[in-house]
Amino acid sequence: MNLPIYMDNHSTTRVDPRVVDEMLPYFTAYYGNAASRNHSFGWDADKAVETGRERLAKIINADPREIIFTSGATESNNLALKGVVEMYAEKGNHIITQVTEHRSVLDTAKRLEKNGINVTYLPVYKDGLVDPEDVRKAITERTVLISIMLVNNEIGVIQPIEEIGRIAKEREVLFHCDATQGVGKIKVDVQSMGIDLLSFTAHKLYGPKGVGALYVRRRNPRVRLSPIMDGGGHERGMRSGTLNVPGIAGFGKACEIALEVMDEEASRILYLRERLRKGVVESLGDVHLNGHPTRRMPGNLNLSFAYVEGESLLMGLKEIALSSGSACTSATLEPSYVLQALKVSPELAHSSVRFGLGRFNTEEEVDYVIKRVIETVNRLREMSPLYEMVREGIDLKQVKWAKD
Amino acid sequence: MSYSDEVVKHYNDPKNVGSFEKGEENVGTGIVGAPECGDVMKLQLKIENGVIVDAKFKTFGCGSAIASSSLATEWVKGKTMDEAMTIKNTDIVNALHLPPVKIHCSVLAEDAIKAAIEDFKNRNNGD
Repeated sequence: MNLPIYMDNHSTTRVDPRVVDEMLPYFTAYYGNAASRNHSFGWDADKAVETGRERLAKIINADPREIIFTSGATESNNLALKGVVEMYAEKGNHIITQVTEHRSVLDTAKRLEKNGINVTYLPVYKDGLVDPEDVRKAITERTVLISIMLVNNEIGVIQPIEEIGRIAKEREVLFHCDATQGVGKIKVDVQSMGIDLLSFTAHKLYGPKGVGALYVRRRNPRVRLSPIMDGGGHERGMRSGTLNVPGIAGFGKACEIALEVMDEEASRILYLRERLRKGVVESLGDVHLNGHPTRRMPGNLNLSFAYVEGESLLMGLKEIALSSGSACTSATLEPSYVLQALKVSPELAHSSVRFGLGRFNTEEEVDYVIKRVIETVNRLREMSPLYEMVREGIDLKQVKWAKD
Repeated sequence: MSYSDEVVKHYNDPKNVGSFEKGEENVGTGIVGAPECGDVMKLQLKIENGVIVDAKFKTFGCGSAIASSSLATEWVKGKTMDEAMTIKNTDIVNALHLPPVKIHCSVLAEDAIKAAIEDFKNRNNGD
């Protein structure tokens, strides 16, 4: 086993060596511009792009012509929201989303609000899930778009997308789904899920950074989009800019591999996650699981270790790459907005750690992480005034804290 | 963000972690911060004839908060109460090379020293 251990696969993933092999020729041999129509360099590049497009379409059960390449999921989310709102301005000025979406959806929605668009931010239950009936109730005559993510990036919960898709269809409102964390990990089907626009990106599924895609439905209904960038009219006029041919080739290969190994990989990663969860929870008291216990992506484990601050825990686990919802890991001093939306108490939000298991993690690594987490939490609890107070029988909620 | 060597040193090997026995005399205790803010520092000073002879801390907080309190316990030992009251958070910032986002950790440490001395004075009113 090699150190450091990478267990932050929701942030990004290692590129699969097979993906790298697929990409390399497009840097030095077939380096043409896919938009060059008059020579073999262009034709070879275009062929690679179309192969990639087919592979992307297959993993979400779409038609290749419905795939628009972008620079990543942030751009895809921006394009979906801004593009729909502008194109359908005559139909209405209201969109519906929910509070635990990724920043690239929430901040785009906030910008749209500044431009006079009304946005409904639906709440989530304590398990992190939205109620599809809340979506139904929020729809008005003026609603042009519903945007709900498939899998949450912090707590891994899987939203009830089929139900929301059905409601969107009934009410004839377009439905965008940010599936960045889900594609390649769990089954995604834009037909059965009733999705009209879907964002995803290569680097979350063992592909390269800098290439993403937006699925845009062509039939029942045909979705139209205003571009957010002007230029050469690539990608059916929806996204101008020279295509990232090596990136697209890699993205395609990553999708092909993911589709092939998905079932086996999901059960293997789920086994590792449960081994990690049990190993940690059974040895340490006062560990809380954030998000729904079963309706979550296999690789996600989000735990709060009471009486221990998350960043100090990560500092003690410096040879293991993890992420925390603690304020101290951000510049704002506010703990994770996702955990706050779940009504996780602020002190437990400060104590949260996200374990993101992926394709390349091994059982040996998981066992090492269990051992180190237990050691470090115990060490920090011995140093924690809160732990001492609780052991003395003091109810922390009754203490009058001297706040500044 | 990476940590300064000084913060790492105190985090890995914190000085004076612990608490004095309940009921031990000549001890002043300062508890500052709040769990919901992600930082709580408990600093205890043992004071004899106006001089801080021993110090202990427990901290719930990030690495910089732990380092700030560890450093504070080292600094106050051997100082008179008046001298300890002059320790400024900026001294801690400089010693630990804390970045702007971690300055509040040093403020807490300064507040904890003051709160502990205050507590000692209240308990020993008139001494």
